[in-house]
Amino acid sequence: MTQERKIRVLIAKPGLDGHDRGAKVVAHGFRDAGFEVVYLGLHQSPEQIANAAIQEDVDLVGLSCLSGAHVYLFGEVVKILRERGAGDITVVGGGIIPDEDIVRLKEAGIKAVFLPGTPLDQIIEWTRANIKPHTDKAR
Amino acid sequence: MTIDKILSGDVLAAARLMRGIDDEVPAALEELQEIYLHTGRANIVGISGAPGAGKSTLLGCLIAAFRRQDKKVGVVAVDPTSPFSGGAILGDRIRMQAGVDQDVFIRSLASRGWKGGLSKATINTIHVMDAMGKDLVFVEAVGSGQGEIDIARVADTAILVLTPGMGDEVQIMKAGILEAADIFVINKAEREGADSLKVSLDVMVDGRSHIRGDWRPPIVLTEAVCDKGTDVVAAEIAHHQDFLKTSGELDKRRADRARLELLWSIENLMQAYLERMEPGYMARLVAELVGRRTNPRAAAREIIARLGVTGDAAY
Repeated sequence: MTQERKIRVLIAKPGLDGHDRGAKVVAHGFRDAGFEVVYLGLHQSPEQIANAAIQEDVDLVGLSCLSGAHVYLFGEVVKILRERGAGDITVVGGGIIPDEDIVRLKEAGIKAVFLPGTPLDQIIEWTRANIKPHTDKAR
Repeated sequence: MTIDKILSGDVLAAARLMRGIDDEVPAALEELQEIYLHTGRANIVGISGAPGAGKSTLLGCLIAAFRRQDKKVGVVAVDPTSPFSGGAILGDRIRMQAGVDQDVFIRSLASRGWKGGLSKATINTIHVMDAMGKDLVFVEAVGSGQGEIDIARVADTAILVLTPGMGDEVQIMKAGILEAADIFVINKAEREGADSLKVSLDVMVDGRSHIRGDWRPPIVLTEAVCDKGTDVVAAEIAHHQDFLKTSGELDKRRADRARLELLWSIENLMQAYLERMEPGYMARLVAELVGRRTNPRAAAREIIARLGVTGDAAY
């Protein structure tokens, strides 16, 4: 039986920020959209997030940060993924992110930024349009 | 070559292969055939129990205990796929990762409709970890509590996690779970009812026949959240491993598992074969069944005959 290919996502909160309501809402929304979500939770270091993303072979990493440390933390996750040969994993972010930082994040390799108030449907539609299970390009 | 990378412990290559297995990519399933030849070394420890019993938390403690002994550890954790959306929240990892180092390979899988507590890809995911050189591979089942026979068939050592206040003695007597566990853990043992649960379990365990060889399953009280009693569980796992080797029970279980995998593979290939038959063939058979012009057994025989299986109609 041809197994239907699912999108695998990792959702994590790097750094010290302890407000996880948004991340959980997105995680549940993704599950309801048919994705498989590894929810990594709070207080993760960029190394832990990259390590988990690689072990879980996810297609997408979603990072949430409300404490202002997003430029460093998000960029670091991308950097480590690339160093370890997993640069093809897409990384997106959300949280309290000033407009002027969005450019910096994109330069650092963050593919999209979803600010507070973004409808969940929009995030899901973006994911469906931009992320495919990498096994769809099966050798 | 992927196989060389796996054998040398390359996490990226192993993780990608596991995805290919989960998604049934033909090339991955081909590679798996050679991977299998390099398995059979790792000890597989299964953990089942009702949702919320503390499986993941306990597992976090056990991983740490074996890491202190410098063992190489892998974990396959299965969570249920939503029957409504087809998606899943894979939330075991988060509960077991505190104090667990980066070298521990944790892989979360969604059940994807598979009943029995695990997923179709689980045993093959374990094989990849085995081939990577892991000494121990833990498997955490979905957590339905009663239907989890898969764990007993897939693991060398099966641990059942219970908590006080989850029903009375009759609940415990229900078939399957009692017969299948090698180690019982009563977690959240600080709660009322822990001691009486232990007494009930003691009686049940003594009363049952020796289904899993000549081993009397120990009953360990734990408070996994504060790492109490978990070292005893780790010690019992080691004792059970010794028992399996010295008694010859390990060989028997390995043979049972190999037989099971063979049957599963036959089933998978049959499914694939059915899908590749000319369109309309199955529909015709189904129509004949619905119209009561034939019966399921005869229809199945017709399909099997197409495979060239001839001879006595004993099947």
